[in-house]
Amino acid sequence: MPAELPPLFPEAASTIAPRVDALYEFLVGVTAFFSLLIAGLIVFYAVKYRRRSPDEVGARIAGGLVLEIAWTLIPLAIVLVIFVWGARVFFAIARPPAETLNVYVVGKQWMWKFQHLNGLREINELHVPVGRAVKLIMTSEDVIHDVFVPAFRVKADVLPGRYTHLWFQATKAGRYHVFCAEYCGTKHSGMIGQVVALDPADYQVWLASGRAEGSLASEGGKLFQDLACHTCHRPDVQGRGPMLEGLFGRTVRLQEGTLQVVDEAYLRESILNPNAKITAGFQPVMPAYQGLVSEDGLLSLIEYVKSLGDANRTPLAQPESGGPAPGEATPARPPGGAR
Amino acid sequence: MSENPVVVPSRHYLNDQVGVASWLLTRDHKRIALLYLVGVTFFFFIGGAFAVTIRLELATPAGDLLSDDTYNKMFTMHGVMMVFFFLIPAIPGVLGNFFIPLMIGAQDVAFPRLNLLSWYLFMIGAALATYAVVSGGLDTGWTFYTPFSTSSSTSAVVPAALGIFINGFSSILTGLNFIVTIHRLRAPGLTWFRLPLFVWSHYATSLIMVLGTPVLAITIVLVAAERLFGFGIFDPARGGDPVLFQHLFWFYSHPAVYIMVLPAMGVISELVAAFCRKPIFGYTFVAFASLAIAVLGFLVWGHHMFVAGQSVYAAMVFSSLSFLVAIPSAIKVFNWTATMYKGSISWETPMLYAIGFIGLFTIGGLTGLFLAALGVDVHVTDTYFIVAHFHYIMVGGTIMAYLGGLHYWWPKISGRTYNELLAKVSAAVIFFGFNLTFFPQFVVGYLGMPRRYHAYPPEFQVLNVLSSAGASLLGIGYLVPMAYLAWSLRYGRHVGPNPWGAVGLEWTTTSPPPTSNFNQTPIVTWDAYEYPARIEGHVA
Repeated sequence: MPAELPPLFPEAASTIAPRVDALYEFLVGVTAFFSLLIAGLIVFYAVKYRRRSPDEVGARIAGGLVLEIAWTLIPLAIVLVIFVWGARVFFAIARPPAETLNVYVVGKQWMWKFQHLNGLREINELHVPVGRAVKLIMTSEDVIHDVFVPAFRVKADVLPGRYTHLWFQATKAGRYHVFCAEYCGTKHSGMIGQVVALDPADYQVWLASGRAEGSLASEGGKLFQDLACHTCHRPDVQGRGPMLEGLFGRTVRLQEGTLQVVDEAYLRESILNPNAKITAGFQPVMPAYQGLVSEDGLLSLIEYVKSLGDANRTPLAQPESGGPAPGEATPARPPGGAR
Repeated sequence: MSENPVVVPSRHYLNDQVGVASWLLTRDHKRIALLYLVGVTFFFFIGGAFAVTIRLELATPAGDLLSDDTYNKMFTMHGVMMVFFFLIPAIPGVLGNFFIPLMIGAQDVAFPRLNLLSWYLFMIGAALATYAVVSGGLDTGWTFYTPFSTSSSTSAVVPAALGIFINGFSSILTGLNFIVTIHRLRAPGLTWFRLPLFVWSHYATSLIMVLGTPVLAITIVLVAAERLFGFGIFDPARGGDPVLFQHLFWFYSHPAVYIMVLPAMGVISELVAAFCRKPIFGYTFVAFASLAIAVLGFLVWGHHMFVAGQSVYAAMVFSSLSFLVAIPSAIKVFNWTATMYKGSISWETPMLYAIGFIGLFTIGGLTGLFLAALGVDVHVTDTYFIVAHFHYIMVGGTIMAYLGGLHYWWPKISGRTYNELLAKVSAAVIFFGFNLTFFPQFVVGYLGMPRRYHAYPPEFQVLNVLSSAGASLLGIGYLVPMAYLAWSLRYGRHVGPNPWGAVGLEWTTTSPPPTSNFNQTPIVTWDAYEYPARIEGHVA
């Protein structure tokens, strides 16, 4: 169904989109100015100085230092402005605010799985509230993918074996494309979905309508029991492994003396390949779980560890009004969570 | 263009020896250049056929013409053929090979046998890549991103990779040959700052070929090792790092962009000087800009990976260096434009290509700033915006320059002229078709259409239809010159040594030149592009 004439800009539906568009418009202006300047001069010269007789030659002009300096320094100044401007926008894209609503994303050939903290799962569709910063914590089960939401002007690769992040804050309710932007094989162009941005009230309704069996953290808690992690990582007494309570976000000292921030990547590595970085004071006795836990399972385990206390977020200083809703990034303590 | 009287040399490099063996075993750089001409033209039309198929598929939003896998193979093989077997070898292999020795007053390149070997390696590499096409095709994209290429793709990765690996040695040997030739075989009096800018730009290109291509070779070997033997280098499931591949790949493949575009810039300098009959404005700045591009080009590979999870500080370094590499390109554009001031400008076909190049390269270069600007790159990378950008550089830049150069030197190569009216019309068709094909892709890219998509949302269709329409025009625009150039080989009017009234040693010898290029070694006492007060004996 061929539409009418297409727009020149995609919908701008995130806090960052107007900032990207402003720089883009500036760049379009710079491009138009210099392209027209060069094209205009070329055509003007080509007409004005066209060859009048077959034996005619051009003037002997070897060059001019002042001009050379001018057309070196002026473009240099312009690109420096663009560099600083572009870097500022990039920092805003790269750095999420302190409080975000977290959603885990697993990409695989050729679908997107979104896991909300309250246990709701979606395939190729992601519901988010308008007006709140949402952070996607993403990994891939197979090859490299890339989450791209044109209406939000954000994009990030999704890599196997590590976690990458993408954050945005929707400003307008609506349905927006999610594209996989890194070529990933046969159905690459079918690896698409939608972000459904809902007004906060609608979002609460949507959350409540879901049939989650339990929060992602409690799911992780179950897996924690099933894999018998609790026999060594004990909440009450010091077991053979480090206590996990309040661990996330802390900085620990490793055996070789270096410091390590406990983040998602470190937790992942410590589950799959525990001997890579041993916390000082512990023995390398933990078995490797490489190949034994799925990406989904890893994410639930990580969320479980986060739920045991997050050094960056003290639960007492909860700024939310109206109490934490399901799906909040607050450390909802599981029953029996010690301390 | 004409002159009188036309003296047709009785013996020249084309008829000195006859027979297939005299071509396939030749050590004459001019004949090797023609071997390259046949090779790259063939692979250009193969790659072009893939492009037309892609555009046909994209005329409708649904993936209804080809299967998913076939489409993926089409854009992959389009990229592989065009990049490795046309854009990289075309200008150095054809025009560089033919004219560097002629421009410096040498009888041949420094290592004629090595030169022939380069062509054979190119053909063997191309044959392997062609084998990959017919034995199931390749679906990794020309970028071979891991772990897809090593662990997921079931297509003919290893034959294609081997083809590119072997072709890389062709590039290395050509670069080596040019460097030694330019250092050692310049005619007496031809100092570095009297060299045509075409030679400078090929010197800079050769440095990249020699220094960059081995990195590609290593990377390909590692991909093959992981794929064939399961070594864990790039696939995280085997303990590897997929981003390492991207670093290695772009460490070559970004400089490779300059392998494709620096020779084109050299051609444009020759065309602008010849058709303005005037020295290039700021000769030394243009010459050193080539070297600056070659050096800085090695330091910007990370700008392909701003969304690949590298640190924001690394991104800032690569962003700032990418802006710096824009400056020498800008210097060249300004100098070419300034050269036209008070020139004696003729509107013959090669100049039309040069004018087209400057305009399109300017747009291509300026849209590169969008991609170097971190905050905008996040949105436009991996979309059609980037496809449009690099086609403005590769097609609007390199191919325009290649065709312009081919038309400029065709009388020297063949001793005959082509149909000027047809040539002008097809140059215009190419310019118009090019813009119609690729300008809408900037818009659809900013709207968010990702590249390498077999099917796409219907709201992008109008722009895609424009693009597909342009591609068919462009295809016609490329077929017509092939026809009239081939025709001219037999029926074209004979020309004398210097049909354009241009300066440069290549115009002092007969058209076509003798096998030894010059009957006696020239002695150079003048600067490049030093025009006399009038062109003697040049009449309309």
